[in-house]
Amino acid sequence: MTSQTVATSNSDNIDARQSRDRGISVFPQLEALLPLISKPIQYVGGELNAVTKPWDEAIVHWALMYPDAYEVGAPNQGVQILYEILNEQPDVLAERTYSVWPDLEALMREHQVPAFTVDAHRSVADFDLLGLSFSTELGYTNMLTALSLANIPLHAVDRDDHPIVVAGGHAAFNPEPIAQFVDAAVLGDGEEAVLLISNIVKAWINAGRPGGREGVLLELARTGCVYIPQFYDVEYLPDGRIKRVVPNRADVPSRITKFTLMDLDAWPYPKAPLVPLAETVHERMSVEIFRGCTRGCRFCQAGMITRPVRERSITSIAEMVENGLEKTGFEEVGLLSLSSADHSEIGDLARNLADRYEETQTSLSLPSTRVDAFNVDLANELSRNGRRSGLTFAPEGGSERIRRVINKLVSEEDLIRTVTTAYGAGWRNVKLYFMCGLPTETDEDILQIATMAKEVIRAGREASGRRDIKCTVSIGGFVPKPHTPFQWAAQLDHEATDARLHKLKDAIRNDKEFGKAIGLRYHDGKPGIVEGILSRGDRRVGNIIETVWKNGARFDGWGEYFSFDRWMESAQYALEGTGVDVDWFTTRERDYTEVLPWDHLDSGLDSEWLWEDWQDALAEVAVDDCRWTPCFDCGVCEQMDTEIQVGPTGVTDLPMPSPRVSPVLAQ
Amino acid sequence: MASKPPERNLAPIAQKLRVRYAKRGRLRFSSHRDFQRALERALRRAGVPMAYSAGFSPHPKISYSNSAPTGVASEAEYVEIGVTRPCDPSKLRDELDAALPEGLDVIEVIEATSRDFSARLEASLWEMEIYAPAQEVAEAVEALLGASEVLVERMTKSGKRVFDARSAILLMESVSQSAVTAPAHTQMPPECVILHVVVRHVVPSVRPDDVLTALKQVGTLEPRKPVRVTRLAQGPLTEVSISIEDPFDPDRVLV
Repeated sequence: MTSQTVATSNSDNIDARQSRDRGISVFPQLEALLPLISKPIQYVGGELNAVTKPWDEAIVHWALMYPDAYEVGAPNQGVQILYEILNEQPDVLAERTYSVWPDLEALMREHQVPAFTVDAHRSVADFDLLGLSFSTELGYTNMLTALSLANIPLHAVDRDDHPIVVAGGHAAFNPEPIAQFVDAAVLGDGEEAVLLISNIVKAWINAGRPGGREGVLLELARTGCVYIPQFYDVEYLPDGRIKRVVPNRADVPSRITKFTLMDLDAWPYPKAPLVPLAETVHERMSVEIFRGCTRGCRFCQAGMITRPVRERSITSIAEMVENGLEKTGFEEVGLLSLSSADHSEIGDLARNLADRYEETQTSLSLPSTRVDAFNVDLANELSRNGRRSGLTFAPEGGSERIRRVINKLVSEEDLIRTVTTAYGAGWRNVKLYFMCGLPTETDEDILQIATMAKEVIRAGREASGRRDIKCTVSIGGFVPKPHTPFQWAAQLDHEATDARLHKLKDAIRNDKEFGKAIGLRYHDGKPGIVEGILSRGDRRVGNIIETVWKNGARFDGWGEYFSFDRWMESAQYALEGTGVDVDWFTTRERDYTEVLPWDHLDSGLDSEWLWEDWQDALAEVAVDDCRWTPCFDCGVCEQMDTEIQVGPTGVTDLPMPSPRVSPVLAQ
Repeated sequence: MASKPPERNLAPIAQKLRVRYAKRGRLRFSSHRDFQRALERALRRAGVPMAYSAGFSPHPKISYSNSAPTGVASEAEYVEIGVTRPCDPSKLRDELDAALPEGLDVIEVIEATSRDFSARLEASLWEMEIYAPAQEVAEAVEALLGASEVLVERMTKSGKRVFDARSAILLMESVSQSAVTAPAHTQMPPECVILHVVVRHVVPSVRPDDVLTALKQVGTLEPRKPVRVTRLAQGPLTEVSISIEDPFDPDRVLV
């Protein structure tokens, strides 16, 4: 560490930092536990393209955590991108850490092995920063496990020479439920954010840590784009609603804005994707083809908070695919985005890539494909080489009416035409995704799902001339999210959700002609209620998270670990005396005047526009996409001084790379 | 289009190659499936012209033999691959080794000129690093070797199974020095005994953990740390001297 001169107030902390060796591997202690647990490979690191740098060569040390099991966290693009960008900096070192399963957690506590990174197995507590990527709120309890295993105090205000805990990811757009546990939260694209934070922390360390921990947090807060919850006070009204959120210091801004990365072509990450040894949920190489979405689906938080649309050019995409395949050896390439078939040059891209990888057993997949953007050419290109991956479409709502409410403008004719294409092109099973519990939804809207699925099978049998075609209907419970037009909506209670799903199940099962061809997958409504508390909660929800964690909650995204009863009991205990309860956070509709917990966090969306869009939803009025109709003033471009970046670039034929000569052939 | 797999240009196998690789250090915790995925990707990265099976899900032609259990290191694992164009074994060794993560290390590649490779793997030599007083280990070894049968129990896919571990053990002796190429320690710590054990490949297989179970059953052995095991060799067994030959020898003779 480089600090020498320090203010007297924090010299004790600095001395403590220097008094012990940081960055020492704890692998010998961990190794003794590995034969005793399941799937030890997930904890040993050593993946292809992983990086370990000498501790002393860096000034700023980041531990990056994806707070779920390795098999889910390792393929995460966000963490891989930040890991690589940070490690490219000469003064910065970044290592990864994931949640440990309860079998290892118990042994680590018993043998006093601290939370570790998988790269060089350094103790998480040794790092300057701990960055957590929250794709979902259900990782909050896993964060507490990690903090506790790292011997980092759970509450930000109790920390001194511990890592600065930074939350990012989509869930960080409302970090209030975890406000007491994190030192900082960052909204939006992480690439520039981590570099900005690294620079501020580096300058602070080089200057001898002026002002101690509070000093650096203040520096971060003053940027206006890093939220430091402890510098803001929340005041409540007698009825439990928020009165206001105000800075408790004169020199921090009252609103915090999100990061928006423009020009994706300038950020072609990950350049060297990690290749895990352990089996993971996505066994493929992914290239993000664009960021943001303006389709305007009202339930979709991702689509709202990632605006505007920014496309990567097909030339840049093709280079990333080529380079990534060479560095990883993956057999499948996923072209990622929120709605991949919406890329302005998707047809040319798919054709070019299929040409390029002909006869190489490399397959292409579009993980998110809109029904109305899919066509037979695309279907054929995707299945030309290698293996044929499954097809999933998401009409989201069963009836035309509810699709107008949620602004998912796909018609039943579009869907039937698309699945006819797919079945005709040889697919035997098509998955359809819907939601239950949408605003204004009735039993009739849900029962329409059964009608739609039967039509799909009927059309599929006709197109393929076969009886053995199938359709799988997957249903998720709708959870209203912050920064969406549905942020004011009442969530459907879990009893009503379950009752509606049972009616749907009966309607499908009782059909003699089509029932057997339709698979139905759904979860009960209880996890959705917990997600609902965490999504739209305020700082009082933090006590629930801490209570339920102390009562044993771990891995809440996993059915075998999730306990609804434990959450409800903990909520009752933690909210005692506040005058609010679980229903207040979930099934209560909010009105326009209510101060929402995230109102001081700026996603770029104009709150008046959000409210108008909510009113349009209730009036069943749909809004079109601003990529091909005039701007509808959501506020983002004006607020961020940006604009949508879409093609076409005019490039239709990509140069074929010169064929690679195998280096192993005999003369 | 019916449900016929798409027509592909499936070139026939032009050459078969045999690969000896090691599983070392922290990557000894990789399972057989983990290795399979890593190898398939490494072959693609190394530009090896693999032959593929036909069908909806074409698979590269790779045969795996008798892989070491998860958590057990090895200096002698074998796979055979089929390629569509003749390759240079030593170039293939270098490229494949570079394409695999450190810890999965390619030792040797030869062109297959003989048949029935798997049948050649008759026995294995295991090194076991046991943290326990020498006396305790010696007593257990003596008791085990003195017994005519030691029944052990293990969970298999088909449920609990009880079988004899003793008769497959052909040799068991303590040695003063580890034979592992990249040992975990430069100097053997005290209170650590190294055993070399030759075990015949039988059905059901007697694995190192079965040997350890047997040792614990017959004596009062209680290792202070998890036992670290490395397969040093596997191949044809010479019964008289109880030694293991190099299974590549028949291919070398013919070249």
